[in-house]
Amino acid sequence: MNGEPQPRRTNRLVLLLLLVPLVAVLVPWIYNRSGPSIGGMPFFYWWQLLWIAGVAVCIGIVYRATRGSR
Amino acid sequence: MIPKFNGLEFGIVVGMFAVVTVIGFLATRWRRGASLASVEEWGLGGRRFGTWVTWFLLGGDLYTAYTFVAVPALLFGTGAAGFFAVPYTIVVFPLVMFVAARMWSVCHENGYATAADFVRGRHGSAILALLVAITGIVATMPYIALQLTGIRAVIETMGIGGDWPLWLAFIVLAAYTFFSGLRAPALVAFVKDILIYVMVLVAVIYIPYKLGGYDVIFHGASSALAAKGYGTLLSGSQYLGYTTLALGSALALFLYPHAVTGVLAARSRDVVKKNMSLLPAYSLMLGFIALLGYMALAAHVKPVGGTAAKPDTTTTVPVLFNTMFPHWFAGIAFGAIVIGALVPAAIMAIAAANTFARDIYKPYFRPTASDREEGLVSQIVSVILKLGAVAVIVSLKLTFALEFQLIGGVIVIQILPAVVLGLYTRWFHRWALAVGWLVGMGLSVYMLYVTKSLTANHFGGASFALSTWGFHTKLTIWTGLVGVAVNLIVAAVLTPLLAWLPKGRDETTPDDYLEAEAPPIPA
Repeated sequence: MNGEPQPRRTNRLVLLLLLVPLVAVLVPWIYNRSGPSIGGMPFFYWWQLLWIAGVAVCIGIVYRATRGSR
Repeated sequence: MIPKFNGLEFGIVVGMFAVVTVIGFLATRWRRGASLASVEEWGLGGRRFGTWVTWFLLGGDLYTAYTFVAVPALLFGTGAAGFFAVPYTIVVFPLVMFVAARMWSVCHENGYATAADFVRGRHGSAILALLVAITGIVATMPYIALQLTGIRAVIETMGIGGDWPLWLAFIVLAAYTFFSGLRAPALVAFVKDILIYVMVLVAVIYIPYKLGGYDVIFHGASSALAAKGYGTLLSGSQYLGYTTLALGSALALFLYPHAVTGVLAARSRDVVKKNMSLLPAYSLMLGFIALLGYMALAAHVKPVGGTAAKPDTTTTVPVLFNTMFPHWFAGIAFGAIVIGALVPAAIMAIAAANTFARDIYKPYFRPTASDREEGLVSQIVSVILKLGAVAVIVSLKLTFALEFQLIGGVIVIQILPAVVLGLYTRWFHRWALAVGWLVGMGLSVYMLYVTKSLTANHFGGASFALSTWGFHTKLTIWTGLVGVAVNLIVAAVLTPLLAWLPKGRDETTPDDYLEAEAPPIPA
């Protein structure tokens, strides 16, 4: 718990969050289907649109964890 | 079909253009330093932009009018494959977040204004810097020209003939950018983005309401696409093309000079990083704009312009607006698209002109040029680039220009090893990087050359059919990714082999890549 190594290790793990949206939208096997649809919009479309919010949240968390760090 | 001219619509577009012109000229006085006469001040706005200005600037810069008309046109024409723009603008931000932050720091610490400046300092190679500079300029020029097709789509839809509106718009744009530099598009971007957000919000609520909901839209689009052999889902053979196009376009985006300029104009490293989580708001807008293509299919929109047999599909969205909206709102939406073309065109011209002044003019023509002279060259070149773009677009066929833009990404990604890997390691030898560039570029251009499309025998797009090389498959892959992979392999193999050649001098230090803050603004 003392000093340097602890926060740095946390930072490194947080970076893995950046990989999640990459996998979610770059692997069409996950989402190339029409159901379940929301309000008439097929899964293919709302899944990818949803990950726009997802990527903003992931980067926001990484930004907060690494803000001001060198 | 020739669309009918409407005075109210035209008046609103002209009025909006006039307001933006006044803002463009007033920008000269906005947060100005001692003098505008240098690349630092004119071309980078003094590197003083905070979170919000950077957000509007980068948003206005990366999400161009061409995107607003071409992406929905792509869904209108080919269905699900056109939606690649959404994963593209999702993955770009996690990919570049830390790269852009390092780039900002090292450039700020050493006074670099372009990617080529950085490459010269990092690898100690004038040749490599020249290759990076030329690549950036060549990839940007057709992109500037393409912004004009967005304006032209609106003009055609409004029923106005002739090329004079294009000339007029770009001459006025060139005039205020000459004086205000990067401050002009940064201020105009506020107006542009607010208008576009309003336009999209209204469009995605009002048009589905009139058409009977998203259910009706997707069914209508699906049956219209089925008639052409496409659909609202990907076919199995489209997976590889979809993924590589999204990933490759994302890797290429921040290598364009105008994206680098937007990043370097920020005030601090944190401003850059924070923006990576704020910019996806534009992607959401883009995602809904893309769906306008399906709304156009469901509403049985017929594009105008072009020839009777082959209408100009970039007019799909303007025609949709014209049929759906009352004239006054269609006018506002058209004005938004026109302004949306001016902002990125201005930034692209500034970025390419900075690159010319800093990395070609000064080292090769006038090594003794002062900051003032460098700035003036940049100002003049930005005017030439804009007027050149108009000349190209009015003289070349439209389809030709569209294909050049696809090629832009394939070309610009070839500087990735020198720039992006250069930010992290000096392991690569400068000559290995130069040869890698040459081989990667050569291969890419060859692959583009042999790519056919329905209308062209060569340069028919950036999706390379693997069957061209004898594979028994319908798979396609984004050409640039193949080129840059080969580029990297060549650079990696040659680096140990060329160890006997002298390495370039690295003028940067490891600490430079982590620098956080700009010094306070002098009073």
